Amino acid sequence: MIRSARETKDSAASAGRATLCVRSLRKAYRDVVAVDGVDFEVWPGECFGLLGPNGAGKTTTIEICEGLLEPDSGTVELFGLTWARHGAELRQRLGVQLQDTQLSERLTVEETVRLFRSFYRRGPSVEEVIRMVQLEEKRKARVGALSGGQKQRLAMACALVGDPDLLFLDEPTTGLDPQARRQLWELIGRLKREGRAVILTTHYMEEAERLCDRVAIIDHGRIIALGTPAELIGRLGAGHVVEFAVDGSRKPPPEALEAIDGVVAVRALEGGYQLRVRELHRAVPALLEQLRRHGLGVTELRTHSASLEDVFVALTGRHLRDE
Amino acid sequence: MSDMLVSAPADRRSVLGLLRPSLVQLTLVRFREFWREPEAVFWVFVFPILLAAGLGVAFESRPAERLRIGVAGEALEKILAAEPSLAVEIMTPAAAEQALRRGRIVLYAATDASGALRLRYDDALIEARAARLLAERAAERAAGAPELVPVAEEVVREPGSRYIDFLIPGLLGLNLMGSGMWGIGFAIVDARRKKLLKRLLASPMSRGEYLLSFLLSRLGLLLVEVFALLGFGAWVFGVPVRGALWELLLVCVLASLAFTSLGLLVASRARTIEAASGLMNFVMLPMWVLSGVFFSSERFPDAMQPFIRLLPLTAVNDALRRSMLEGAPLSSLGPQTAVIGAWLLASFITALRLFRWR
Repeated sequence: MIRSARETKDSAASAGRATLCVRSLRKAYRDVVAVDGVDFEVWPGECFGLLGPNGAGKTTTIEICEGLLEPDSGTVELFGLTWARHGAELRQRLGVQLQDTQLSERLTVEETVRLFRSFYRRGPSVEEVIRMVQLEEKRKARVGALSGGQKQRLAMACALVGDPDLLFLDEPTTGLDPQARRQLWELIGRLKREGRAVILTTHYMEEAERLCDRVAIIDHGRIIALGTPAELIGRLGAGHVVEFAVDGSRKPPPEALEAIDGVVAVRALEGGYQLRVRELHRAVPALLEQLRRHGLGVTELRTHSASLEDVFVALTGRHLRDE
Repeated sequence: MSDMLVSAPADRRSVLGLLRPSLVQLTLVRFREFWREPEAVFWVFVFPILLAAGLGVAFESRPAERLRIGVAGEALEKILAAEPSLAVEIMTPAAAEQALRRGRIVLYAATDASGALRLRYDDALIEARAARLLAERAAERAAGAPELVPVAEEVVREPGSRYIDFLIPGLLGLNLMGSGMWGIGFAIVDARRKKLLKRLLASPMSRGEYLLSFLLSRLGLLLVEVFALLGFGAWVFGVPVRGALWELLLVCVLASLAFTSLGLLVASRARTIEAASGLMNFVMLPMWVLSGVFFSSERFPDAMQPFIRLLPLTAVNDALRRSMLEGAPLSSLGPQTAVIGAWLLASFITALRLFRWR
């Protein structure tokens, strides 16, 4: 039975079947709708990001995909298999890292990995897995004595012991310092290059832009945009963002700003405006000229290349980390 | 069918050839987590022995105590002091009044004008009545009264009927209950709280093996626990083990499984250590008092006896005492083992129905 499942997957992959296929997923907790009709696919070898603020429904979505939660309606297929019929087989083929799991503090790194390794039929040796996540020096250390980043890499090791075809990572870098975060990004980058499909949830823009081949932006349980980071940013129609503030209580009328050549969108900020513009070198001089004509002095002027954060702001009017 | 496929390659790598490596690893984890928690080791192994030592010394059988009495004068003191069971002290009637009230003496002897013996005592006190008989007999002997009936004495201070002999099986039962219930209850609630249960659930781990690992580790620790306490009792106080040792162990195993199941039931839904502790105490405290650990459960009113006898710890303590002190064979412990077995089955089945992994 297992062999035939594996063959199915191999032939399916060659026929271009998705590693994960989610259709019209819905899940409510009492009166809160956590996931409200979500559809997406993840293809073999792809890193797919679910990006959204806290409470957007990312974790609920991913836990339904992991077979830990039952959806109210909708379907999830992994390698063409379903949780209802092939649960045991799927568990063997998935690697899972949950948000804020605390592994037993009284065990060592090696003992923890050996425990998880014992659940899987196939996979790399304990030593190999520890090497993969670069914890060789901490092999004999108690889990309780590890830093946040090391604990997170140990959690990754536990997800990798079964040599998974699909890896679920739920906010893998939340709460880590920048250096630990970069280490983890490198690790995830290596896993991607090994050809594993990865599903990642995050509320860090930079993480999604850097790691994900495609991103679904999720808000209030719905996917509000889906595509490669470059596509999503491209859809803004403007590659740059200009933010400025003026002195005094007067502000220039928004119509005057919209009229500037190359300005795509105008959004009022406290004490100033945010503009999305196509060409920085044309828009900025025109903007300064416009402000001078209104007799306004510029107290602050900032520009940056448009990011997924700006995509989220453009779609929802809110910042990702407002919540 | 998929189960067969799962176990086939696993067996080759297993330590015993019979056990799957995942079960071996899960059980090893249980042992490691226990040994690396010094408090748990203390409560399971050291505490019962300290308790046994303390209570054993406090209630040690000493040579029969002498009864303290007061007398009015030297002549009387001479007569009554001839009785070795009496400690005699000369005092004035006023001082004797106070000593009687305070319980420092149990009887005051004086002679009145006619030469008759006057004894003051409280006849509600058994000790006072004994002192009265002893004083009377000593006075008669001094007056030359003959021994009317010859009496041969035989003093009995046999192991098996002392307080420490009663106590050790009770402590063993108490320990089986405490370690069985806390051992599984704490670990499961802690794993649930830390979302470790959920993480394990997301792996291919067998849920049955997870629960089985608790039972296996419990049985391993049980041996150490039982031999430590019995060994201490036998070595320091000479507490006997008269029944067959393997039968006693079997009772311990059954008891431990029953209490582990009860612990599993208590931990089946609790999400916090506080909630679990409250439930544990709610279940265990009545048995601490009612089930005859420190004193016989027969002391409670007859109306309560049927209820008390149905408590698992009562049955365990009763079976342990009969086996250890009376040498009763397992075949004669049917009612007790039936009660323990019923608790085992009922708790385990209910626990499996209620159990929440998240």
